[in-house]
This record gives sequence, C-alpha cells and structure tokens, in this order.
Amino acid sequence: MTDILNAIVALSNFVLIPGAAYGAQLALGALGVTLIYGILRFSNFAHGDTMAFGTMATILVTWGLQSMGISFGFLPTALIALPVGIAITGLLLLGTDRAVYRFYRKQKAAPVVLVIVSIGVMFVMNGLVRFIIGVGDVNFADGARFVINARQFREMTGLDEGLAIRSTTLITLITAAIAVALLFWFLNKTRTGKSMRAFSDNEDLALLSGINPERVVAVTWLIVAALATTAGVLYGLDKSFKAFTYFQLLLPIFAAAIVGGLGNPLGAIAGGFVIAFSEVLVTYAWKKVLEYLLPENLEPSSLVQLLSTDYKFAVSFAILIIVLLFKPTGLFKGQSV
Amino acid sequence: MAEPHLIGEAMTGGYGRGADILHGCTLSVDKGQIAVIVGPNGAGKSTAMKAVFGMLNLRSGSVRIGGEDITHLSPQDRVAKGMAFVPQTSNIFPSMTVEENLEMGAFLRRDDIRPTIEQVYDLFPILRDKRRQAAGELSGGQRQQVAVGRALMTQPSVLMLDEPTAGVSPIVMDELFDRIIEVARAGITILMVEQNARQALEIADTGYVLVQGCNAYTGTGAELMADDEVRRTFLGG
Amino acid sequence: MTARGYLLYAGMALLIVLTGFVQGWNLALTILNMGLISAIMSLGVNLQWGFAGLFNVGVMGFVALGGLAAVLVSMPPVAEGWNAGGLRLLGALALGAAILVAAVQVWKRKIGGRMRALVMLALLIGGFFLFRASLDPAVNAIEAINPSLSGYLGGLGLPIIIAWPVGGLLAAGAAWIIGKAALGLRSDYLAIATLGIAEIVIAVLKNEDWLSRGVKNVVGLPRPVPYEVDLQRDPGFVEAAAGYGLDPVTASTLWVKILYSGLFAVVLIAILFLAQRALASPWGRMMRAIRDNEVAAAAMGKNVTARHLQVFILGSAVCGIAGAMMTTLDGQLTPGSYQPLRFTFLVWVMVIVGGSGNNYGAVLGGFLIWWLWVMVEPLGLWAMELITSGMSPDSWLRAHLTDSAAQMRLMTMGIILLAVLRFSPKGLMPER
Repeated sequence: MTDILNAIVALSNFVLIPGAAYGAQLALGALGVTLIYGILRFSNFAHGDTMAFGTMATILVTWGLQSMGISFGFLPTALIALPVGIAITGLLLLGTDRAVYRFYRKQKAAPVVLVIVSIGVMFVMNGLVRFIIGVGDVNFADGARFVINARQFREMTGLDEGLAIRSTTLITLITAAIAVALLFWFLNKTRTGKSMRAFSDNEDLALLSGINPERVVAVTWLIVAALATTAGVLYGLDKSFKAFTYFQLLLPIFAAAIVGGLGNPLGAIAGGFVIAFSEVLVTYAWKKVLEYLLPENLEPSSLVQLLSTDYKFAVSFAILIIVLLFKPTGLFKGQSV
Repeated sequence: MAEPHLIGEAMTGGYGRGADILHGCTLSVDKGQIAVIVGPNGAGKSTAMKAVFGMLNLRSGSVRIGGEDITHLSPQDRVAKGMAFVPQTSNIFPSMTVEENLEMGAFLRRDDIRPTIEQVYDLFPILRDKRRQAAGELSGGQRQQVAVGRALMTQPSVLMLDEPTAGVSPIVMDELFDRIIEVARAGITILMVEQNARQALEIADTGYVLVQGCNAYTGTGAELMADDEVRRTFLGG
Repeated sequence: MTARGYLLYAGMALLIVLTGFVQGWNLALTILNMGLISAIMSLGVNLQWGFAGLFNVGVMGFVALGGLAAVLVSMPPVAEGWNAGGLRLLGALALGAAILVAAVQVWKRKIGGRMRALVMLALLIGGFFLFRASLDPAVNAIEAINPSLSGYLGGLGLPIIIAWPVGGLLAAGAAWIIGKAALGLRSDYLAIATLGIAEIVIAVLKNEDWLSRGVKNVVGLPRPVPYEVDLQRDPGFVEAAAGYGLDPVTASTLWVKILYSGLFAVVLIAILFLAQRALASPWGRMMRAIRDNEVAAAAMGKNVTARHLQVFILGSAVCGIAGAMMTTLDGQLTPGSYQPLRFTFLVWVMVIVGGSGNNYGAVLGGFLIWWLWVMVEPLGLWAMELITSGMSPDSWLRAHLTDSAAQMRLMTMGIILLAVLRFSPKGLMPER
C-alpha cells in the first residue's frame, strides 16, 4: 500500500505537477497563436519572441521595483510588474500592427505573405530583446521557493518519497486559470468579445453587421500581448529567461495550437496539456515509479526512459504529425482555410 | 405618385476595373412591397442587388432610399441608413449560438434589443427552441432563418435577400416565402433575387426580368407569369 | 539576365573587392566562400518557394544532414567501434525500419477500423521497446570505446567531395518522409512540420554520440584541398608566392581559400544551370502553373501533391549539398552551432531580398545578405561608437550599447526583410 502511495507521490512530483505547469504555460502561448490565427488569419512566427519581449519588459520593471525596495512578500515581484509588462508589450504589438501588418491587411495579402512578414518581425523582436537584455540566462524569481518542500512532505506523511510543490508551479496554475477564465468570460459574455468571435467566424458578415475590423484587430493584439507576456513570465519564473529558449518554444506552442485545432481557444488549452504531458511522460525515467509498483524480481535495471529529454521536440512533433495525418482540423474543430 | 421607397436608377457598372455587368438597370420597390429579380444565369441578378447595396462601383446611375441619395455610401453606412442584406452563402456566424447571431446583427444598436429578438423568435419559432445551439449545427432551412433574423435585427426599412431558398427543400422554401410575406406585411420593403422564378413571382408585387444586365421585362408578378414570352423563355413553358 | 541584373552582380562583386582592399583579402575570400554556399542554399529554397510556393522553414535540418554526410563519408572508420557493436547497431536500425514499414503496411490494409488501429499501435509500442532493447547495448558498447577521442563508428574514409552528393541524398530522404506526411495539407502546416524536423535532426546530431559524437563534435575532417602547412613546406609554392610579393603564410591561406572558392563555384554554377534549365522546361512551367493556381492545375489533371513532393525533395537535396560543403569548409561538425535564425530564416531573407522565383536573384541574395550579415557587426560597433562618443567613458549606457552592438545583426536582417517585403515585394531581381 505504501508502495503504491510512494509511486503516486513520485509520479506527481516528477510528472503530473511539472507537466501541469508546463501545460498551462504552453496553453497560454497557444491561445495567443490561435487568436491571431482566428482573427488575423496567419500563423504568427514572431509569437515566441513576443513572449520573450513581454518577459523582458516585465523583468526590467521587476528590477526597477526591486531597486526601489518594493517586493511582493512571498510572491515573486514579477507579478506586480506583470501588468506593466503587458502594457509595454501591448504598445509594441499595436505599433507593429500599425507599422507592418496593417499595410498587408488593407491589401488583402495572402496568409503566407503575412507569415513571411511575421518572420521579419520575429528577427526584429529577437534582435531587440538580445540588444536590450543580452543573450544570457536571467533568473528573476524571488519570493518563497517552495510551498512545501520534499523534506517537509516526508515528515508530514511518513512516506519515503517527497513531494515538492514549488511556489512558481502553484503561481503558474493559478495565474493561468485566472487568465483563461478572464479570456473566456471576455469572448463569451462581452459585446467586444462576441464581435471578435463573429469576426473570426465570418469576416464579411461581421463587416455587414457594422463590426469595426480595426477595433477587433487592436483588441486582439492587446489580448495577445497579455497572454504572451503572462505565458512568458510564468515560464521564466518556473525555469529562467533566455531569449533563445523562448524562440524554441514556438514549436511546442504551434504544435499545441494545431493539435487542438487552429483558431479554437478551447482546443489551444487542450493541445497545450496534451503536448506538455506527452513530453514529460515520454522523457521521464520511470525506474523509480516502477520500483515501487513491481515485485522485486521484475524491477527494471535501466532508467526506463523512453527518450532522452533532448528529444522533447520530437514528441511534440510526432503528436503533431499524427494529428495532421488523421485529423487535420485538430482534436477540436479548428478553422480550415 | 410619391417616389418608391427604394430606387436603383439606371445603374451601370461592374466589379473593380472589370467590364460593365450592369447596363442602365433600374430597380424600384415601394414600402412594404416585395420585388423579385429573376433572369437567366449570368444576367447580373446578384450584381444588380449588390449594386443597390453598394458592393460595386457604379459608373453612372444612382441609388436612393426614402428620397435620400446614398449612391456614394459604403455598404456599412447603408446598413445605418436602414438597409439589410442577406448574402447567398456564409450568411451566419457558424460557431456562435443562434441568439449570439441575432445580437451581432444588432451590433450597431445601442438601445434595448430584447423586443426585436422576441419579434424574430415570433417570426421563426424554431429559432427560439434552438437559441442556445451553434448556428452552424442547424439545418439549411434553419440557417436561412437565422440569416434573415440576423438581418432583421437592425430594424431595417429594406431587406435584401440573395437567393434565400438556394439549396433548401421545396417545403422549406414555401415556408420561407410565407415568412418573407409576413415581413413585408410589417412594412419592410423587400428586394430579392431568386432562382425559383415561378414561386418567387407568385409572391412578388413587382418582378424584374434581367437579361445581360438590362431590364428585359418589368411588371407585377402576375403580369409576368401571364406573359407568354417571359413564360417561354425564363419559366420553362 | 537583364541589364539591371548584370549591374547588380557587378555591384556585388565590387562590394567583395572593396572588402578585400579595405579589410583584407582573407576576409573577402572568407565572405566569398560562405557567400557561394549561401547562394546554393538560397537556390534550394527558391526551388521550393519560388517555383512551387512551398513554405519550408526546416532548411537548418537539411543543411545539418549534409554536415552529417561529410562526417559519415570522409572520416576513417573506427575499427574498435565496429567490432564492439557496429553490426548489432545496424541490425537494430534495420529492425526499427522494419517495424515502421510493418506498421504502415498494417495501416494500409483495408480491415476493420478499430482492429487495425489496435494492431498498429501494439506493433509500434512493442516494436519501440524491442528496438531500444537491441539498440541500447550496441550504442553503449560503441560509445564506451575511447569516448574522449572517438566513441563513435567513424565514417567510410572516402574523399570528402563524395559527401556532397551524399549530403544531398540524405536531405532528400528526410524530405521524402516529411513531404509524404505534410504536403497536401495547408501551407502553414508544412511550415510547422519542417520547423519540427529541423529541430529533431539537430537533436539527433547532438545526442546520438555513436553517429557523429554528439556535442563532442567531430573535428579534423579531411580536406579536398591541400593544407596550409604543406604548402608552406613546398618550395615551388613559396617561390611562386614570393613572385607575387607575398610571404608563404599569407599566400597559403589565400590559396587554400581560392581553391575552395573554385570548387564551390563549380557546384554553384552546375546547380544554377540545372535550375535554370528546369525553370524553362515544361516541368518548370507546370510547377509555376501549379504555384499560381493549384485548383486549375489539378483540374487539368496535374498531380499537384506528387509534383510538390518532387520539388520539395529537390530543393531540400540542394540544401543538403550546401550543408555538406559548409561542413567541408569548416573542417568540423559542431551540432551546437546550428541555429534556426542563422540557417533557416536568414536563407529566407536571402531568397526574398534576391527575388523569389528568380534563380539569379536567389544567388545574388545569398551573396548580398551574407556579406551584410558579416559586415553589420563591425558596422554596428562603429555606429554605436559614433552614437556613444558624446557620452562619458564610464557611462553604463555606453558600455551596454557597445556590448550589444553584436546583436544588431538580427534586427538589421529583420528590417531589411520587412522593407523589401513592403516596398519591393518581388525582390531585387523580380521573376519577370
């Protein structure tokens, strides 16, 4: 019995909890991608770098607050800085839209042109982030490190396995839940939110109904700024901030959005968790869990790790390909163009 | 006699810089009446309607509603002037519920839209039952009802329908025509393009037969039905 | 080529020559050599995008596969490694391939839906464990042998030039797999799929030590040209160098680079010639017809997906060739140095700036953007020094700006790309 409990604790500690946090971060990222796809109708390659920029802005504000001696108790200071980071990112995205994307929208350019344009934006944003904060690792998490650490848990329960809940994990889950709830409330209950869904559903009819496309686009960019910055800051708190890592997040984020069905917000969330858990499950060394569960003579000698962690991209990729082959519109019905 | 409520007079024009499709075509409807545009394929029926709605540039001619010249207004501005348009295809928001579709129809209105929604439900009772359902999941006839309902939400004085019965069964078509008559009785001017010329002319106060972008025959629905020439050429004997 | 084209090429040549005069011929030749390779990559992407409208953002993966080919072909085989587990490893790989083929065959059978899926799943999962069970011991045995120096199987010990076509073949094979899965779907799906395959290729290169030593890198690849030290010992060479008034060291460096330039130029011209022929052939016309209107082309009985697969494989193979050439030039395979911004997206900038759909344009774009890529750093530094010259020497802003000047590259490339897309979307040398 204790063995089973130990196995469950070990599984939660190394798979379920980290997977949930990572899934929430991916889901927030994928929501941004899917919203842009639904409203502006292109795959935004600059999204990873938007996340990086938002995180960078938040870090700079955090540093400013810290130098003024302001902190948030046991919560990370970055959470106070987050709204400001979102605002700065929002301004950048609105500026980018005005300076770059709007021209192509007026021309009714093909989606693939917009994708290439977004690659240009990606270069500029990436350069901007590297220019301002550099290429190195930045750790900006302060506040309490653990809600409960492994030793406390062991003493509390008497089990061999410890369960450590890092405060960043908990913050990630709570913040993501709030962000998603707000987003869905906005999309389903407010006039502006409904007009965004209408615009995503049927642009021409939305125009006939008197919905102002420029307003819808501007609101979309602001929401994307909020989602991307939140996702980036949560990821950075959980791990650390590095410009290049954020660029690489593009792949799992796109995989999540496509797996869920591009243009479908609910799908993006589901896709985020599907990708995150598959990555963690496949790259986790199962030896420990199996040792608790199996009789002694069957215990594995190797690590029982299906793939090395460096292949986590391969996991998102494999899931992506499977979904593309068998269900091209994604698990939830996305838009098919 | 007072000027008809809606007039598209001597309209000449085409899409973008392309060749003219309409050549001096005139359409007019009195308040609360039904006008139907019929004609062979490629006669410019839908184009004529889109011209009235401002979706293509007129080289000459004018469009007036209630005596006011709206020739140079954009479609969106014409909506504000009391025009409503139901496109032939993709005329609903498929992932939104029926009720949300209606709300979007009234997007420009700032007053209380509940009574109008109730009126639409009274007109199409089935929509009341399906109000929480996504419009894209409805049958073809029900979708057309949503589309018409959405257009009515602006409380228009003119309702324009582009082949409202395309792709629906004959029974649903009759039902839909009955509803359209009901809308007209409520004082709304109706201009409609129809493939099912015979049935459409039966309910029409005025019929326009277009051929190659010109008015070929004009008359009341009954007159056109009685006209041998029209019958032989366009109504299949 | 038009008069404008000749002018642009002359301008490009002038830029390189000026670099030679101002910053030294060594740098000019270095730029020229990478420019030649970049031009080939750019041609490969142009085949896919310019001819067929395929959006491939996995260039880095195909380039890296070319690099792998250079190792596999040219390095001497490691006998101990082969003895330790070479054949077992090959057997395991064959087993893995057989499992995949069997799974595909099961899927193709028209038997009851759920049964078929279950059998395939069981085959894949069971097969995976079987594969790992046979692969892992072999890998461990091979990697255990002298890990600091070899720890891998080595290559075939053949001349490295052979690696160039082999790199093309490797890339073509990967392109076939990815094309089978993602072509025929939406264009953004192909983009994401290629982005993924590129990351996976890099992950394999970084992790599979038995294959190419992973992040321990393979250095000292054999060369197709003589070594500088040998030239410096050759009295004939030293004498010839003296005739030009050059000391032997400088002369040997330059001569080696010139030899590389010659080799690369031959390959570039050959591929350019073939690409031009292809563009003008009925096949090329068909490709462009498909690009301009897929529906119409399909209605005329053209198999759009099959043609796309063809051109996708060809373009990727060209990128693979360029990748093998680049690794040859570097003399080493360093998986950690493959960055998508540099090897995928920069090539895209080359194609767009040069003129998509125009082979000469793609080549010009390759040279020009590479030249800029190298030059922006010193220029950026210079600009930053100019900007900060008014500030006090110990100001943190001044230090930060000068330190960050190196990051100007990406921003400059992005701005160039955006500017070209906005003001001259057909590029420097438009298709028609």
